[in-house]
Amino acid sequence: MSAGPHGPDPIRLVGLTLGYDRHPAIHHLDGTVRAGDLLALVGPNGAGKSTLLKGMVGEIPCLDGRIERSGAIAYMPQADEIDRSFPLSVLDLAGMGRWRRAGAWRSLTRHRDSIGVALATVGLDGFEERPIGTLSGGQFRRALFARLILQDCPVILLDEPFTGIDARTVEDLLALIRTWHEEGRTVVAALHDLAQVRAHFPATLLLAREPIAWGPTTRVLTAENLARARNLSEAWDEGAPVCAGPRVSGARAHDHGAHGHHHHEDAA
Amino acid sequence: MIDPFGSLVAPFVEFGFMRRALAGCLALSVSAPPVGVFLTLRRMSLMSDAMSHAILPGAAVGFLVAGLSLPAMTLGGLVAGLAVALLAGAVTRATTVREDANLAAFYLISLAAGVLLVSLRGSQIDLMHFLFGSVLALDDAALWLLGGISTLTLVALAVIYRPLVMECVDPLFLRTVSRSGGPVHLAFLALVVINLVGGFQALGTLLAVGLMLLPAVAARFWARDLGRLIPVSMLIAALSSVSGLSLSYQFDLPSGPAIVLAAGALYLASMLAGPRGGLLRRLVRPRHLEA
Repeated sequence: MSAGPHGPDPIRLVGLTLGYDRHPAIHHLDGTVRAGDLLALVGPNGAGKSTLLKGMVGEIPCLDGRIERSGAIAYMPQADEIDRSFPLSVLDLAGMGRWRRAGAWRSLTRHRDSIGVALATVGLDGFEERPIGTLSGGQFRRALFARLILQDCPVILLDEPFTGIDARTVEDLLALIRTWHEEGRTVVAALHDLAQVRAHFPATLLLAREPIAWGPTTRVLTAENLARARNLSEAWDEGAPVCAGPRVSGARAHDHGAHGHHHHEDAA
Repeated sequence: MIDPFGSLVAPFVEFGFMRRALAGCLALSVSAPPVGVFLTLRRMSLMSDAMSHAILPGAAVGFLVAGLSLPAMTLGGLVAGLAVALLAGAVTRATTVREDANLAAFYLISLAAGVLLVSLRGSQIDLMHFLFGSVLALDDAALWLLGGISTLTLVALAVIYRPLVMECVDPLFLRTVSRSGGPVHLAFLALVVINLVGGFQALGTLLAVGLMLLPAVAARFWARDLGRLIPVSMLIAALSSVSGLSLSYQFDLPSGPAIVLAAGALYLASMLAGPRGGLLRRLVRPRHLEA
């Protein structure tokens, strides 16, 4: 196990296959997210970006291979996975970021100041008592980022954080992500806007169920790679044969020849 | 009816059985509505209806074994209700069919079995007792049970409040920070079941849902945040209990339906006059604000 300048690798993927009902959504992925990485996950719809992030937080089980994690991981799902009609205030939503410290019972009063600071950082001061259902899409996204700030985790996973958000909010939130990067945190984000990825994310993993390329953004987002990603079929094949590749099980590490490796070419 | 206040209070002053009925209903009024508030917020209102049907066969087995015995029927109801809730939950996790569909399947099986069991031995009157309860015949044991259920519910809700709220809003987030999601969900289902079993003593299996859901839904027209929804729903349930019991005494009506109808009337009144999205409020709209 290698150790980067910021400590041990937070996430290692070993022969990882993730999916639903035996059909892989991520197929035989090897690689390491190094501490301090600012990594973009790019690929067409159905490429397995969300699946990979869910696998990384342990939300769905591995069909094959494994994910090695070290340390706490904060995760932000796509916005539509959260019930915004529930009568909860912005303060309470963001404050739940302190769960690891406050738990189920301890008062949040002690954390009131830090919650206020986090809300101010994302531009939501004065919104403390607003019910989350009355926020606009962009404001709600800011509230979720405040919760991420309060979680204070070394690794942060973001699933399409900028979908349906206006340019100014995106700019503010990208600045926040840059701050996290400068603080040495590891950030992995599923994104669709290639210009944005090229401008702000030094490393990229291009997925289309199979990993296409993983490395520095300039070398991954080439016309050739993008064309390959587009051509890989999105449809499930109900009659797909059982995968003939070797199994990766438990703690046994092994070399996986048939599908090729997709390690970092270098650290970003 | 010269003195409406007197006629409201008189039956409770005069008759012990009315006081007992009131005590039982008030105990239920502080425990069932908060559970109902969470059910409505999770869009699981009809789940409680299914659960109330699921309780029937358990109570029927208790009745077959021990006659009209409170502990036997309560225990039977608890076991059947929890079994249906857990089975539906387990099948949902193991298969791709959604929880509401599984719950419907299990409660229908359970209900049919219950009706069959009751009719095997009981008379029509027994069946009516099952379905519509007997709030005017609450004995000491029943009152202790209702008080115990009420206490347990409030303590349990206080303990699981924060994870329960998170489980409703953002279950995925809860899973990433804590393992309490699963146990909290089960504990909540158990609270639904014990409150329905409690309500079944007083109001019968079918009407127990009324005191759980009607005040909770009515409260949505008065309050916006959880901190107010819960006390408002308790208040509405208590008002329904007092007025329902009193009316049932005045006009010689069956008490269970009278209480639930009182709750229904308060719901309709809230729907019309409530400040949060009530109909009247929508008809006489003040001019919009500047920002």
